[in-house]
Amino acid sequence: MFFTIQVNNRKIKAEKGETILSALNRNGIIIPTLCRMKDFTPTGACRMCVVEVEGRNRLVAACSQPVEEWMKIQTHSPRVITARRTIVELLLSNHPDDCLYCDRNLNCELQRLAEELNIRERRIRARKIKPHLDQSSPAIVRELSKCILCGRCVRVCEEVMTATSVDFISKGRNTHVGAALDKDLNFSSCIQCGQCVLVCPTGALHEKHNITEVQEYLHNKDVIKVIQYSPAVPMGIAEELGIRYSREFDRVLNGILRKVGFDRVYKTGTGTDIAVSEMSDQLLTGIKNDSGGPLYISACPAWVKYAEQFMPGILPQLSGVKSPQQITGSLIKTLIADQIGIKSSEIFSVSASPCTAMKFEARRDGMMRKGISDVDAVLTVRELARLIRLHGIDTSVIEQEAADDPLSGRSSAAFLAEVSGGIAEGVLKDLIYKMTGKDADKHIFKRIRTGGSFREAVISIDKMSVNVAVVDGLTGLEKLKAALADGKKYNLVEVMACPGGCIHGAGLRPPNSKEDLKNRAKTIYQADDTEAITLPSKSPACISLYSKLLGANSETADHKIFYTHFEKRNVLL
Amino acid sequence: MARGGYRAFVKAIRNYTYEEVCDIVERSGLRGRSGGGYPTGLKWKQALNTIANARYLICNAKESDPGAFTDRTILESDPYRLLEGIAIASYAIGSSEAIIFMRSGAGHALERLRIAIDRSREYGLLGHNIFSSGFNLSIRIRIEPGAFVCGEETALINTLEGRRGMPQLKPPYPATSGLFGKPTVINNVETLMNIPLIMQNGPEWFRSLGTEDSPGTKVFAIAGKGRMSGVVEVEMGTSVRDILEDIADGIREGRDFKAIQLGGATGTFIAGDDLDVPVDYEAMREKGIGMGAGGFIIIDENTCMVELVRYYMEFIRNESCGKCIPCREGTGRMLEILESVIKKPADEDSGTTLERFKGVMQLETIASVMKDTSLCGLGQTAANPFLSALHNFREEFEEHIFDRKCRANVCRGLRSFSIDVDKCTGCTACATRCPVNAIYGTRLQPYFIVSEKCTGCGICFDVCKFSAITVK
Repeated sequence: MFFTIQVNNRKIKAEKGETILSALNRNGIIIPTLCRMKDFTPTGACRMCVVEVEGRNRLVAACSQPVEEWMKIQTHSPRVITARRTIVELLLSNHPDDCLYCDRNLNCELQRLAEELNIRERRIRARKIKPHLDQSSPAIVRELSKCILCGRCVRVCEEVMTATSVDFISKGRNTHVGAALDKDLNFSSCIQCGQCVLVCPTGALHEKHNITEVQEYLHNKDVIKVIQYSPAVPMGIAEELGIRYSREFDRVLNGILRKVGFDRVYKTGTGTDIAVSEMSDQLLTGIKNDSGGPLYISACPAWVKYAEQFMPGILPQLSGVKSPQQITGSLIKTLIADQIGIKSSEIFSVSASPCTAMKFEARRDGMMRKGISDVDAVLTVRELARLIRLHGIDTSVIEQEAADDPLSGRSSAAFLAEVSGGIAEGVLKDLIYKMTGKDADKHIFKRIRTGGSFREAVISIDKMSVNVAVVDGLTGLEKLKAALADGKKYNLVEVMACPGGCIHGAGLRPPNSKEDLKNRAKTIYQADDTEAITLPSKSPACISLYSKLLGANSETADHKIFYTHFEKRNVLL
Repeated sequence: MARGGYRAFVKAIRNYTYEEVCDIVERSGLRGRSGGGYPTGLKWKQALNTIANARYLICNAKESDPGAFTDRTILESDPYRLLEGIAIASYAIGSSEAIIFMRSGAGHALERLRIAIDRSREYGLLGHNIFSSGFNLSIRIRIEPGAFVCGEETALINTLEGRRGMPQLKPPYPATSGLFGKPTVINNVETLMNIPLIMQNGPEWFRSLGTEDSPGTKVFAIAGKGRMSGVVEVEMGTSVRDILEDIADGIREGRDFKAIQLGGATGTFIAGDDLDVPVDYEAMREKGIGMGAGGFIIIDENTCMVELVRYYMEFIRNESCGKCIPCREGTGRMLEILESVIKKPADEDSGTTLERFKGVMQLETIASVMKDTSLCGLGQTAANPFLSALHNFREEFEEHIFDRKCRANVCRGLRSFSIDVDKCTGCTACATRCPVNAIYGTRLQPYFIVSEKCTGCGICFDVCKFSAITVK
């Protein structure tokens, strides 16, 4: 039901039951907010969105107050502006003024608010917050002195990721966000997904930078500098650099990376193809032997850590296949090293990925052989874009180049793996092709592509039917557990920690809305429709690896380097 | 029980329906005694009219204001009447579970309340199917550790649910969606103490007491520099001056009265003409005075208002839950600015003086923004002591800021001591005790104080037997 309310002496339409803020936003009036997150229940902590409602003694928080017919609202009266300004000034008063050195410089919500509210002088002085830098985690750095306690990270961690690793601790002036027992993040149940980094309005949370390390090695003449990038990276880089993404940009990126100084450029997509191929074999053996439990896909490192902490019971069913990044990394250190004719210690292997948990994964146990890690440094898309800008590369005049053989090509299934449900789809498509020699009908996967945080489908291959479940975001695990408790049987379960899959990863640019995510997914689905090589079993790179190269090398012949092990992990919960 | 205890409760469950009890309380005009003054009957009706499979009644006996002891005295002296009030209230809103929310360290009050609950249960006044009416009631005591803000309704509910004691946004109000999402009525001890009397004597009797807007009585805990202190009950409409002069018997001998502080840590100071304000919700609201929960502190000339405001501000800053920005940061900043006014700066060059003035200029803005925008009652009232003190004692603040003087000689940083050469005998008592060695001299000759070194602690003043040391 619509009715009119009066805002700034003009009439606007409002819908019964909505908040003042949504009515205003729909009518083109912007109200600044700090603690608000779309699709979450408002907490009203920041008080930035206050408006003046006639007849009320105090200012009213627009984010939570429902509109009512009698309301006469002033959104930018002097009283409101003073209140907003004072709130921002209060936040700035004890904020460390190191914007120029801050990770979020020019991209900070607090900075933007200060600019919008025209704060040009420090009127309120205060003792600065004692700096506390938590660098314990391999993926996420917390700078508590920059925290404005909006609570977004706490809510994302609890409501979206269900890891509940951080919460408010202490009261009054000492209030801060911390992990269990106020220890550093690495002791906690943090799964390194980095969703908190995406929602943080200031520089209080950011990924751990490996960019300096990479830069140092780029000028080291004794090592071969190698980079691999996952299929979502060109898309993310295009977003960061403000270029429209197309298929050709993959080839442009190869050129850019060589200009930056990398000797070899490889595609993680080849590793994804191998992972998909290995898992489809695993799935087939599982179904034939009737192993009982489902096969859980282990490509998402955040999910793997979550399972190790909270669901150790399923670890035996977790597919031991490494993530695509690690497969590619281990191939670089064995096959490629042999190909070039150097020792694996003479390769500096960098991976670019849309994920922060990959930084953690690269340092896991079982991700190194003979003391040499499979991947030496992981850069997020943001960092890679920074590196590209740093090297002053004009992206408009780069020539298209191909990636280096043999890890040079990927199928569209590997690109699809960046969307939630994509790996399961790839595995099943590959299995269908391997068993029947025919391409799968795409429509049968519709039900695992969209439809909430928990999706399931039955796919029939030959005379066999495969029950597949897709958990899109860790909130879907509850539904999976309920379904399993009901006695439902699945053959294949894919879990992606971040809702939407890797396209929602913390290394990418924060999506403004769900539309952004949908657009990213759309690009990938379109690629799947148009690209010629749709399956690992059809990809020339993958075929040549399996038929010739892997067997020719003693270390890779038994495919053991593609596998790792997972153990129950004890953390503070 | 022999003196008519629980008779009102029996009357309620025998003769009246839920709605009728709510109606009687509404007609009596009883208003919540925790400070807000919301009509109790209306609150009950809201909870009763919300469709739910469970409702809760919570008795808020948290009382964590410094210098407040009304609830505790009541619990110690007459726990049965409180239980009766809780029982009637629970019946009225159709709740079968009541929770008494107390803080740790209540001692005697807790012990007596436990005994009272046990006895009432033995007599069948609580429990299952009370007096064959089909009404069940269990009363539980929940003891929670002490955060001040947990006395706030929504924060209280959060603590009971086992979460962090942080206030939540209203609406929804607890009366429609409270504890575990069920309609919950939260009343304070004093409110519930009135219920049995209203049931027993009827709403008209209750209306005959007090004023039109605020019928009934109000309990105050008088403390401070009056000749008397203790818990008193006055009829609504009595003026604050009457309480001060007639009941508390005025200020102590030989002192000058300065102000009265009503309502605990976030209360207001009353002085001058405002003292004639009657104890009445509307009249006080017009004057911008909060009734508070019953703290009544008498302040005399020996108290420095700036220092007192600083003390309350420090208390609130430490007790803020840290959720909303105006309260968390605002109280911190205000405290820092007040400290800069009180403390002696390292060196009084033009820079620090300018800083101090700049800070002071912001105090009022911060205070009003906090009042305007804070999420819960704590932040909204946090600036009350400052604003009301500034209103009544502006010149005292100005003296501190411009003249660097404290008229009550309380602020250490602003005191300067000097030795009267004529009176000093050179006994060395002060020089040997000075913690910072700021007193110099030769034995049996007059000593002198180096003011740059002096911290204003006042030990020399206390130990001098010849009154040779003077304070400025």
